[in-house]
Amino acid sequence: MLNKTLVQNPLESEGIYIIREVAAQFNNPVLLFSGGKDSITLVHLARKAFAPGRIPFPLLHIDTGHNFKETITFRDALVEKYNLELIVRHVQDNIDRGDVIEEKGKYASRNGLQTQTLLDAIEEFKFDACIGGARRDEEKARAKERIFSVRDDFGQWNEKKQRPELFDLLNGRIHLGENVRVFPISNWTELDVWNYIEQENIELPSLYFAHWRDTFERDGLIWTADDSIVYRETDETITKRHVRFRTIGDMSCTAAVESSASNIQEVIQEIAESGISERGARIDDKRSEAAMELRKQQGYF
Amino acid sequence: MEVLKIATAGSVDDGKSTLIGRLLYETNSLTQDKLDAIWKSSKSKGYDYPDLSLATDGLVAEREQGITIDVAHIYFSTENRRYIVADSPGHVEYTRNMITGTSTSQASIVLIDASKGVKEQTARHLFINKTLGIQQLIFAVNKMDLISYNEDVFLKICAEIKNLLLTQGIKSTHSFIIPVSALYGEAIAHPSEQMAWYSGPTLLKAMESLSTSDPAANNKARFTVQSVIRPEASKTYDFRGYAGRLNGGNLQKGDHLTILPGLQSATISDIHFFNQSYDKIQSGTSCTLLLDKDVDISRGSVLVRTDDVPELSRQINATLCWLDSNQLQVNRKYYLQQGTKTVQAKVKSVDAVYGIDFRPEASNTDQLELNEVAEVQIALSDPIINEDFTQHRSTGRFVLIDAITNNTVGLGLIRN
Repeated sequence: MLNKTLVQNPLESEGIYIIREVAAQFNNPVLLFSGGKDSITLVHLARKAFAPGRIPFPLLHIDTGHNFKETITFRDALVEKYNLELIVRHVQDNIDRGDVIEEKGKYASRNGLQTQTLLDAIEEFKFDACIGGARRDEEKARAKERIFSVRDDFGQWNEKKQRPELFDLLNGRIHLGENVRVFPISNWTELDVWNYIEQENIELPSLYFAHWRDTFERDGLIWTADDSIVYRETDETITKRHVRFRTIGDMSCTAAVESSASNIQEVIQEIAESGISERGARIDDKRSEAAMELRKQQGYF
Repeated sequence: MEVLKIATAGSVDDGKSTLIGRLLYETNSLTQDKLDAIWKSSKSKGYDYPDLSLATDGLVAEREQGITIDVAHIYFSTENRRYIVADSPGHVEYTRNMITGTSTSQASIVLIDASKGVKEQTARHLFINKTLGIQQLIFAVNKMDLISYNEDVFLKICAEIKNLLLTQGIKSTHSFIIPVSALYGEAIAHPSEQMAWYSGPTLLKAMESLSTSDPAANNKARFTVQSVIRPEASKTYDFRGYAGRLNGGNLQKGDHLTILPGLQSATISDIHFFNQSYDKIQSGTSCTLLLDKDVDISRGSVLVRTDDVPELSRQINATLCWLDSNQLQVNRKYYLQQGTKTVQAKVKSVDAVYGIDFRPEASNTDQLELNEVAEVQIALSDPIINEDFTQHRSTGRFVLIDAITNNTVGLGLIRN
C-alpha cells in the first residue's frame, strides 16, 4: 500500500524552494543569523532543504556587543548541535577603527552601526547572496521588498528600480561586487512563524518566554535595565517585571512586553489577542515614519 | 487555514490604497500602534479622519506623490481564510510592477472610479489579468459617494465593463461588479444603507466566495530539479537525490519517469524529505527524489511521467510582456529562464503587437517598448518544454533576462 503522502505547508515548500535556489544560483551565499526566531526558522528550513547533506553555506552573525547573553549562548549551542559554520563580526571593531561613531545620549543604540559591519563582512568574504529573515508583514518598507532583492556595490536598496519578480522565477544574476538579499520567509506573518515553530518543535532562546527581569519604563515601553549597555536616567527606576520578548534585536533597541506565556502555545495565544504589532516593540523603528526605508537604502537588511 | 492571494489594480487616484486600508480596518487587522501612526500622519496633513491609505503606502516617494509605485504585500484574515493582497500600482509607467503583483495571485480586484467610469487603464488591467491567466475578477466601482450613490451611473459602468469583457474575449469563472465607497466603508464589509438598491454581495463577501485552490494542481506532473544532493559524509549509504519541487499533479514511488531534456528513463525508488521516506507527493511539494539508477540529471532537468512526455523545442511562440526601459531588440541575445533551466534566446520576429484596444495588430517591428505586449517567435540555444501556458501554468511561462544588465526584462507565456 502506497499511502504515506508528504503533506507540506505551502509556506515551508516556498521557503525551501527559495533557499535551494540561492544555493544553486550563487557562488558564495551566507545566512544572516541574529539569534531571533526568524533567523532560527531559516536555519531549520535550510537543514530541511539539504538533508541529509549539510547546509552548504555559513551563518554570519553581526555582533553589536549589545546582545542579550541568552542570544549568544543559544547561538553557540545551535552551531554545535547541528555542526554549522559560523562567522562572527563585531561592531566594536568598526568603532575601534573609527569607521563609525557610537551614538550618544538617552536613545543611543548600535542598531544602525551594524550596517557598516555587515557591508564590511560582505566585502571581506565576497558574499554574493545574504539570506535574511525579514518578512513583508513586519513593516511598510519591507512590504515592498522582493524575494531576491538586488543591492548595488554600496549595499544600497534602490526601491524605485526593483527588478520585476514573476511567478516563482527568481533571477539571481548580478554583476561582480553586487549582492542579493534573499528573504525566504517574505510571505510569512508573525503568527505563521510561531505556528511553524510549534509544529516543528523548534528550540528558541529563553528570552521569548516569560521570565523575571530588571526593567525600567520609558515612553510607554519596557526597557531592559543593564547599565553597562542601556543608558538610564536617574529617575528611571528599576522594577522587576515578568516579561518576554516578541522580537529580539539589541538590548538597546528591543522592548519587552509583560507576559505570563511560558510556552509556545501560550505565546501564540497572547499574540493573537494582542493589539500591538510586532515591531511596535522595536525602538529603532520609532525614530521616524521612514526609519526602516532609510536604513535599507544604506544597506541594512 | 486557506490562503487567497489577491491582486489589486486601479488607476491613479481610484482610491485603491484607501480600499485596502478599509478592508484591514473592517477586519480588525490594524493594530493599535498602526492606527495611532495613521492618525498621527493624518493629523499632520490636516485631516480630521484617519487616512486609511497610509496603512499601505510605504515608500517616501509614494507618500510625497500620493500614489503607489511598487507592489506592497498586505496580510489580513477573516474567520474563514487568510488573505495576501498584492497592492499594485495603477499608473501606466509602473505596469511592470502590476504584472509582478498579479503574477503570484489567484484573483484580482479591478478598481474603477465611479465618477470617471471605465478608462483605458481598466482595459489594460483586464488584459494583463487575461494574459496571466487570472480567472477570478472583482470589479469594485469605488467613490460611489462622489456620485451620490446613483444607481443609473453604476448600471452604465456595469454595461461598459461587460462590453470590455466581451471585446477582450474574457470568460472569467467568477466575476462580480460591486458599487462601494472605500472612504466611508459602504458595501465593503457591511451591506450599504446608502445603496439600498444594490442587492449583491459586499466586497468582502465576494472575496470570501473565491476559490483558493492551486490553479496548477490539475495540470500534469512536472518535477523541476534545483540541485543534486550528494552528501560527502554519507558513510552508511551512497545518497544521490534530486532536490526540487513538483509543479502540477502528483507523483508516487514506483512511477516510471522520463528525464527532460535527455529523455532517459528511470523509476522513483524513494521520496525523501528531512530524513524521512514518503510514498506520494502532491503539486507544490518541495522534496528530494531518489531514482532506481544513475542517470544524467542536473539543475534544470524536469522529471515527468513516461506516459505523459511534453514536446521539447528550440523554437517557441509566446506572448511577451516587455518590462524594461531598454527596448527589446530582435535578434539580440537574451537568457531565457523556464523553471530552473536557463538557455540562450533570440526573439526572431514580432508578429503582432497589442494596440490601444488590446487587440493584436499585425506587425513587422523589430523593437518593443516598456509595457508593450506582443506575439513573438523565439529561437533557443537548447530545447525547452514547449507547453502552452493555458495547459500548464508552471512550464508554460518564462522570463527573459538581459545578458548585459542582468535585469529581468520580459515575461513570456508560451502559445503552442
